[in-house]
Amino acid sequence: MPHIEFQGKQIEVDDDGYIVNLDDWSPELAEHLASQDGITLTDAHWEVINFLRDYYQKYQIAPMIKILVKEIGKAMGPEKGNTKYLYELYPAGPAKQACRYAGLPKPTGCV
Amino acid sequence: MAKGTPKPDELSRIDYTPPQKEWMDTPVKLKPGMYCWGAKAKNLQAVGFPNARDWTPADEDWKLPENWEWTVLEGIYDRLKKYRSFQLFLDICVRCGACADKCHFYIGSGDPKNMPVLRAELLRSVYRRHFTFGGKLLGRIAGARKLTLDVLKEWWYYFFQCTECRRCSVFCPYGIDQAEITMMGRELLNLLGLNIDWIQGPVANCYKKGNHLGLEPHTIMSNIEFMLDDIESITGIRIEPSFNRKGAEILFVTPSGDLFADPGTYTCMGYLMLFHELGLDYTWSTYASEGGNFGFFTTNEMAKRLNAKIYAEAKRLGVKWILGGECGHMWRVVHQYMDTWNGPADFLEEPVSPITGTKFENAKTTKMVHIAEFTADLIRHGKLNLDPSRNDHLKVTFHDSCNTSRGMGIFEEPRYIIKNVCNNFYEMPENTIREKTFCCGSGSGLNAGENMELRMRGGLPRANAVKYVHEKYGVNMLANICAIDRAALSTLMDYWVPGVGVTGVHELVANALVMKGEKKRTTNLRGEPLPGVEEEEEEGKEEKEEQGG
Repeated sequence: MPHIEFQGKQIEVDDDGYIVNLDDWSPELAEHLASQDGITLTDAHWEVINFLRDYYQKYQIAPMIKILVKEIGKAMGPEKGNTKYLYELYPAGPAKQACRYAGLPKPTGCV
Repeated sequence: MAKGTPKPDELSRIDYTPPQKEWMDTPVKLKPGMYCWGAKAKNLQAVGFPNARDWTPADEDWKLPENWEWTVLEGIYDRLKKYRSFQLFLDICVRCGACADKCHFYIGSGDPKNMPVLRAELLRSVYRRHFTFGGKLLGRIAGARKLTLDVLKEWWYYFFQCTECRRCSVFCPYGIDQAEITMMGRELLNLLGLNIDWIQGPVANCYKKGNHLGLEPHTIMSNIEFMLDDIESITGIRIEPSFNRKGAEILFVTPSGDLFADPGTYTCMGYLMLFHELGLDYTWSTYASEGGNFGFFTTNEMAKRLNAKIYAEAKRLGVKWILGGECGHMWRVVHQYMDTWNGPADFLEEPVSPITGTKFENAKTTKMVHIAEFTADLIRHGKLNLDPSRNDHLKVTFHDSCNTSRGMGIFEEPRYIIKNVCNNFYEMPENTIREKTFCCGSGSGLNAGENMELRMRGGLPRANAVKYVHEKYGVNMLANICAIDRAALSTLMDYWVPGVGVTGVHELVANALVMKGEKKRTTNLRGEPLPGVEEEEEEGKEEKEEQGG
């Protein structure tokens, strides 16, 4: 199983770079993962990450994209409640990239 | 698109020159982008599969158990005894090559080991060497070879480059079902813990939580609630479906992808709207919450274990029969295996449509009806008020899913539905549809992200046929009745034929369905303006301006 080194600690990740043990997550780790993709996390990014983490606590899975879009629209204003806005924040896709920074596992199956 | 996936113009230059050396002397090379990650220990452990450990296909050491060769040979022996078809298919192939160029993976990759005949030969050669007199005596002259680590790796690479679509079988003069060879190959690999995690993860989820995604009951209900909100804002109608309701007439089971991922969610909204309009006495189940069965891509035994929940839930709830949603391999399992695996379902009744009175005699033993049959029957009896002009912005073609077409012969029903809910329908070329349909390239659990090159190569023949009708007729929507299709074809179209969308058939139905008491619809289920609405609004504005001015 691959590892990444962060703050002197070995953190287990899967083949796609998602952390395996959700307890390993910290805001600093999210910033570290983002910086490796050349992204600096802004408040707008954090709005998404925090929502994803809250949702995961409750539902044990990442939200449907529709739900994410609607919630971000509510929080950040209707002009931002669309997938285009989310892709601007997370060019590799909100479902994959934002979930990875948020420490959520990747959904699998017919998706 | 996964990093490192070649661009379409690069990928479409396919080299069909076979390697210089004979196939037995051409060892396998694992090419990134052409294979999936190995199954994780925790997901193998969850269902008690052997040799549970984390492993990486790219590593030299696959952490195999001691005496693994013996395990595999014993596995072959057991399966020869258990499945007569396996023995038959190993013995009767004359290597005529009729199947060779029928495989989407061969067409898209040019790799001779993706010719179905040669893919089967990878296993057949070992069978000859260890199980036939001629092979033992003559060895390589008789096409026999020993089981080695290289051979095992070759099996793994190529049995996960087959989607079990069975197109090759249509052309085989002996009727050899190559999917069964792949299935046996995967079973043997599974004895050593050599599955892929994109399959094993969903299997573990399904075993623990009832569905591939691992959706908990409250998550399923919350997702459906969300869809109901959208339906209400589009139609003005609040739908209130029931969950796990005892005494309902019908249990509805669909793939969990429909409950989670676009565009499957629109298909799911379609089911909800149709059932509401009919006043159908049905229930969802948060336990039997998966129609699909990734266990089918590991072992028959695992598939049987996962599938058992459908009848168990039908019995617990006391329903009369089961209605199944738009899914591909679910129907191969239901139609061809469920009755003998989990039946007899003698506690259920022979399905009868409560709306039309039609007896579904084809589902007499399984007691499970495909929604395309159910809806086509409704339309045939004039039970639905439909306005196909709401789909006039679409030029639609239909992709036959491998499993519903070759696995159960559903050809007419989806087409009949589409032609009644859409005004513009165009067929792809004859040799790419119905029983000769080309696979999406991602079936049988190969719809992962890390094998994107494989998926785009395998999907090329299908995409090519779509491109033909896209260019000739302006087709802009690819309809299908499978959840893997809905996910996989979206990526495939973006890659090969940009400008073509993907939809389930019941999304089209719901858009055309005129519901009792609905408000004037201005958008489709995706929130896009309906054809004519924008112009009407413009005209309205102009009129107002004129009146005001």
